[in-house]
Amino acid sequence: MDEGRENKMPSTSGITKIQELVYELKMKQVMTTPVITVSPETRMSELKEIMRTRRISGTPVLKGGQMVGIISIEDLIKALVEGRTDALVSERMTPEVLTVQAEESVIEAVKKFSESRVGRLPVLDDNGHLVGIITGVDITRGLLQAIGLEYHEDEIQRYRASHIFEDIASDDTSLLLRYKIPCQDFQRGGEASSKIRKTLYRMGGNPQTVRRVGIVAYEAEMNIIIHTTDGGEMVVEIQPNRVRIVATDHGPGIEDVDQALEPGFSTAPEWIRELGFGAGMGLLNISKFADEMHLESSPGVGTRLEILIWLNAHRKPPEVSKKAAQ
Amino acid sequence: MTVREVVEALSLRVVAGQSGLEQQITGGYASDLLSCVMAGAKTGNLWVTMQGHPNVVAVASLLDLAAVVVTEGSPIEPISLQRAEEKGIPLLTTEQGTFCTVAKLAQVGIHETR
Repeated sequence: MDEGRENKMPSTSGITKIQELVYELKMKQVMTTPVITVSPETRMSELKEIMRTRRISGTPVLKGGQMVGIISIEDLIKALVEGRTDALVSERMTPEVLTVQAEESVIEAVKKFSESRVGRLPVLDDNGHLVGIITGVDITRGLLQAIGLEYHEDEIQRYRASHIFEDIASDDTSLLLRYKIPCQDFQRGGEASSKIRKTLYRMGGNPQTVRRVGIVAYEAEMNIIIHTTDGGEMVVEIQPNRVRIVATDHGPGIEDVDQALEPGFSTAPEWIRELGFGAGMGLLNISKFADEMHLESSPGVGTRLEILIWLNAHRKPPEVSKKAAQ
Repeated sequence: MTVREVVEALSLRVVAGQSGLEQQITGGYASDLLSCVMAGAKTGNLWVTMQGHPNVVAVASLLDLAAVVVTEGSPIEPISLQRAEEKGIPLLTTEQGTFCTVAKLAQVGIHETR
């Protein structure tokens, strides 16, 4: 049953967010409180007035603080049709009441609404006391509010980050991010580039450009992890118009820089290749996605790889320079 | 086509990243070499590989891929599952090989995006 219903969900990414929220929101966050209640001795004619003036379509029936039933507009209409407005609520109510818990996720109410034909669910606390009532409208309102809040928070964060350059007064502002890259630590591979990417998104970077930065940062990061003996460092300098990534390490250095740039040339050992790395495409990928790439290396000393990517500018064919320092 | 629809059509097992199942798939890409994937896979692609390494998730996340299909019942490291769960990237598994999986994906209308 559950699966059947899920299949009917429209497949847009927006729905996923709502689905997530339906699970996150609790009954107590969306329920209506305090609850209007009636007693079993209330006459149907009185109930009609309560429903009309309070604009409700159903209410729990309470006797000495305990819920003994629920009565809806449907019950009232039936009584009216039969001319039984003098009847007591206790005679016309539904004694078996479906309820939900205040601490439960809203999804439980959604399930109960779709499984049964009820239009409202009394909400109970841990001690079984009536603390609120929930309808489909409450859920919709709660969801809209939650989405609005999240959207707002997102906006605030983006706003703060993207205005950082305007808020700081200087002739030339840049943001420096430093990442230590340990060698041979494949478990944490990609962590630095993932953080770089996230930062650029927050700053309102163009998704296409951020993706290119992500790719070159990842390849540079993996090069340090795969090939170095002591790890290295990645420094990312963000300016309003460009990102510069400088990846440096202290060895072992590249023997033949020209050869290193050839597609498929690799010095990675077998076990690293088995992990899917060391295909000899890393530097090539960097040169393909960067606007400028400068590679300097001397065997026994270390390697310095500088990559430039222009933000919000038209892409030109990449400029690649290499230098084998002696 | 969504990830969920592909899961059903190919009887794949969802081992992590349930929350990403409603993602739309823009196309497919198959390779076991991460650098090739970095260069070739497009945003929203479904990636078919036999690597179960955590960096598969890192690459999928960097490229905003829709999901990863791990073929031949390759072992997936627990850390990969954890990362995929965190990032909401569905990890799907099958006992079938990459060739067979890609053939079936083509049948249901998933192609390489150029």
